[in-house]
Order: sequence, then structure tokens, then C-alpha cells
Amino acid sequence: MSENTRFFNRSELMALAVLALLLVVVLPLSLDVFRLNLVAKYLTYAFVAIGLVLCWGYGGILSLGQGVFFGLGGYCMAMFLKLEASSVANTKIQSTPGIPDFMDWNQLTQLPFFWKPFHSLTFTIVAIFAVPAIFAFIVGAAMFKRRVGGVYFAIITQAIAAILTILIVGQQGYTGGINGITDLRTLKGWDIRTDQAKFILYFVEVAFLLAGVAVALFIRHSKLGRILVAMREKEDRVRFSGYSVANFKIFAFCIAAVFAAVGGALFTLEVGFMSPSFVGIVPSIEMVIYTAVGGRLSVFGAIYGTLIVNFAKTSFSESFPELWLFGLGALFIAVVLAFPNGLAGLWRDYVQPRLDAVLLRRPGAAKWASRQVSESVPDGAAAE
Amino acid sequence: MVIGDVQKDFLLAVEGLTVSFDGFKAVNDLSFYVDENEIRVIIGPNGAGKTTVLDLICGKTEATSGSIKFRGQELTHMTPNQIVLAGVGRKFQTPSIYDDLTVFENLEISYPRGRTVFGALTFKRDAAVRDRVEAVAETIFLKDRLHTSAELLSHGQKQWLEIGMLLIQEPALLMLDEPVAGMSVSERVKTAELLHGIIKNHSVLVIEHDMKFVEDIAHKVIVLHQGRILSEGKMEKVKNDPKVIEVYLGH
Repeated sequence: MSENTRFFNRSELMALAVLALLLVVVLPLSLDVFRLNLVAKYLTYAFVAIGLVLCWGYGGILSLGQGVFFGLGGYCMAMFLKLEASSVANTKIQSTPGIPDFMDWNQLTQLPFFWKPFHSLTFTIVAIFAVPAIFAFIVGAAMFKRRVGGVYFAIITQAIAAILTILIVGQQGYTGGINGITDLRTLKGWDIRTDQAKFILYFVEVAFLLAGVAVALFIRHSKLGRILVAMREKEDRVRFSGYSVANFKIFAFCIAAVFAAVGGALFTLEVGFMSPSFVGIVPSIEMVIYTAVGGRLSVFGAIYGTLIVNFAKTSFSESFPELWLFGLGALFIAVVLAFPNGLAGLWRDYVQPRLDAVLLRRPGAAKWASRQVSESVPDGAAAE
Repeated sequence: MVIGDVQKDFLLAVEGLTVSFDGFKAVNDLSFYVDENEIRVIIGPNGAGKTTVLDLICGKTEATSGSIKFRGQELTHMTPNQIVLAGVGRKFQTPSIYDDLTVFENLEISYPRGRTVFGALTFKRDAAVRDRVEAVAETIFLKDRLHTSAELLSHGQKQWLEIGMLLIQEPALLMLDEPVAGMSVSERVKTAELLHGIIKNHSVLVIEHDMKFVEDIAHKVIVLHQGRILSEGKMEKVKNDPKVIEVYLGH
């Protein structure tokens, strides 16, 4: 029981070690820079998936608009990089040198006021966390204080994703429009386009991801994590036990937003551009599918789910581009119908018991493995 | 249990309470008073407005007019969580517990500390929490099931667990909606014993259909019919009231 109050229990520590080994050692040694950069791109979605595990898996709040926060984080980063790339020297052929190229094409002659603070890297980093958190807070407060939830909330988040996409595309003088913000070059003078930079950025991202996993597990094992689960099951009971349910929902939604935004900012750095195609309804739903396939109750499951679905997407869409979306849809339906806890649930129900059985047979490992069995079943179902 | 209240006397004073759903008055000009350490039972036919009265007191439903004073504090304009903090706890009709959590975790969530977002994030399961959870678990006959997943409990045990979740909150007034519904005979006896133990330092407002159980526990009974009080007083008096026999007990 005391295991529950610790940051991680032993099986989670093992899972964290395996994940770290895979991302830090195995993948960099076995993949070339191009493939590794693909993994880096996929992992940016894993941040969104971790946020969804907290918000949707534990808290029961389904957001179909996480692309909004991914985009907000990504655009904050892109604005900084774009300003650095648009120095007077780089843009002297424009009619107004010193502003981003797409502004010049749209007859803007001055940098809009909201772009100006993005000259500062410190401000940008703060904004990557603060902008999505504040936006999620406003949306969350407006919805949850009025007790809007469930499918209505999901539809509203989807509408917000659509609105933001339309806004970005429509205001192309300020946002780069449908093309997004492209041609990003350096971060504080360090060229992010080289292979070496991509290699380093991959490791930076993995460090962020492992830290994110630690934060998510900390939240899961705090009393707040248990309240999220309780809220998902019996919202009224939590409310009439003296909690402001709305505040806890707002918190879960804001945390998920910040996770998504960090992923978005790293995406911009890794891939070198940001566009509205990562903001809208379709990418937002895809992010939910990654989480569902991996297992919405498992932080690790969500990460593996993201990687697997994206690898499948890359290989399938190379050979059958038209069929991919149908495949993805079918996958989602199959997951929901056949194994609602995703790959993590399959692992827990089928693989882990066998693994434990093998470990149990080994002398010396018996004691350790029996601990594993009792811990691997969540919430002490087998503790009796 | 005397708290510095000027006009003291009553723990709960409900006066002229009315709630109207699209013109239908589910509760109509209802007034009653509950003393400290009293067990008050509300009975009445289906649709009499019993559960609605509890909904109004705990803030689940907003009153159209009237007042609910708890220790001199007006509850009608408070949010549900403020009402809980004021000292009112409520058990729902169907056992409302968290199936995916253990008995321990269910009780712990109701422990009155760390109820804000950041309080919950930094909440530590210390000795005080553990002792209190174990003590309450003992009261509700679930001490040996602390680490069982709540979904594996029997129906009666789930009811007890929810009562335990209220006890750990340390409310001055406990409101129970049909606490023995669906319980076996032996479970009923144990529940009555449990409630007798509880009233030593709580007031309890109970809704119940089981007449034998009501007779066993009630100090005073209110019979509700169509949102109004039909009869009120000791069980013997109410039982022999011709109006009550006609609308309710006669069936």
C-alpha cells in the first residue's frame, strides 16, 4: 500500500529504465539520422499522448482539440526562430527588411505588436508554457464551471481546433497562413538544420520526455491522481465530499495543454517549421488515437502507441496513401471495441503474467517477481 | 458539541423551503428543525420529495424560495463544496463509491485535508491519515478489506463504505438516503448498530422505507407527501395518524 504514495513503484521504475534504454541507446545506435529524426518527430506527439493519459485516461475529460495546444507551443517557438531568421541582413531584398518574409509578401510594413516579445528567447520559453496554460484555463473555466462535460466538451474542443485553424489560415499576414512559418534556421546562432544539430536535439527531446514521464507519474501517484480517477467514476460523490470538481478538471486540462505545447515547441525545433495542418481537427483526433492504441491509462503505453502508430503511418502511407486514413479509423474502432485499455492493457493482461511466471521459476528471482505480480495489478485488485 | 452560535437551539433549521421544477412544486413550503445529536427520519411514498429535500440541503438543487440554516449559516447560496466544509455530509441513494480505487483510497479521498488542487498534489499519507482511515474502517466493519478494490465489495459493504466516507469527513450533520436499501437482514442489524454508534456525536437525517428499521433508529419522524409535511413526531404518534395510514402505511 505504501507503494502508492511513492513517486514510482518498482514496475514503473523498470518501465522507465526500459524506455530510457530504448530511446537513449538502442534507437540512436540502430537508426540513421534521417530515421532518428523521424522518431524525434513522433516523440513530439508522445508529449500530447502523455497529457491525454492524465486528462482523458485518468480524469475522463476527452479533448479532441489537443492540436490547438500543440500548435500554440509550436507557433511560439516558430515565431522566435522566424524572427531570428529574419534579420535585416537576411531579408535585405524585401521591401521592408527585418520582418518575416511572409509579412512582406502580405504588404505588412511593420512587425505586429504580438510578435515583438518573441525576439527574446526567455519570453518565448515562458510563453510556450504560459500561453497554452492560460488558454486552457479560460476554456476550462468557461466549460467546467458551468458543468459542461463529456461529449459536449469534446465537441467544443473540436470546434476550437477548427476555429484556430481558420484563424491562422485567414490571417496569413500575421501567421504565415496555410503554409505556416517556414524556413527556420538558427537557435541563438546555432544552425538547427544540420545532422549534428538534429542528433543533439533528439537527445534534448528524450530528456524532456523522460522528465515529462516523471511529472505524469508524480501526478498519478499523488492524491490528485486518485481524485481524477474518482471524478471519472462518480463526479457527484467527489463534489459532495468537499472538492471543487471544476478546479480539478481545469487543472487536468491545463496540464494536458502544457504537455501538448512542449511537444509542439520541440516539433518546431526538430522539423524546422510549424503549420496549421498540426492544429486542426484531424491531427487532434489522431493524437487521441495514439493514446487509445497505446492505452489511455498508461503513460508508457501512450508513448509506445504513438511510436507504433506513427511508424505504421509512415510505412503504410508510403505504399497506400489513400488507404491509410481508413486503416487508422479501423484501428481506432478495433481498439475501442476489442481492447479498450490498448496495448498497455494487453501487456498487463497477457504478457506480464507470463513474464512473471518465467521470472518466478528462476531461483532467487522469486521474491522479486511475486512483488511484481501484486504491484502490476492496478488498485490492488489482487491484493486480497 | 456546542458551537458558539447565538440563537443555538437547532442544528438545522429549514423554513418555508420550496422548489419548483417548471411549475411543479416538488417541495412545497417545507419547514422543520433538527437538534444536535438527533436522528430524524423522513418517510413518505415515492415522489413525495424526500430525496429532493436532501438535494436542496447539500446544494445539488437550488431552492426556489425559503431558507436552510445550518448552525445559523444560510446554505441556500453556498456551493456544494462550501456546504461540505460547513459540516454537512451526504450519502446518495445508490452506493456512490469509487470502484477503481481501494477501500483505503476511497476513505482517504474523503479525509478532510488537501481539498484544493495544490493541496491534493502535495498531500502526504502520514500516520494521522492512516490511523484515521483504519479507525473508520473498523467502525464500518471493513478493517480487513482496506486494500481490496471497492468494486469487489458486496452491496451492503459498499453502503457502509460510503457511510465511512462521510464519517471521515467529520460532518456535524449526516444525511443518508436509504442506507439499508438492498441489504440482508444481518446487514440491516449491523447498520442500525452502526448508526446508533454514529449519533453519539453527529446529527443524522435519514430517508428510509424500511419501517422496522425506522422504528429501530428514529427519534422523530417526518412523513412527506406531495412535497409537504403530512405528519411529524414520534414514531408511535405518526404510525397511528389516520392521514399517514391512508397515504402511506396502509399500502
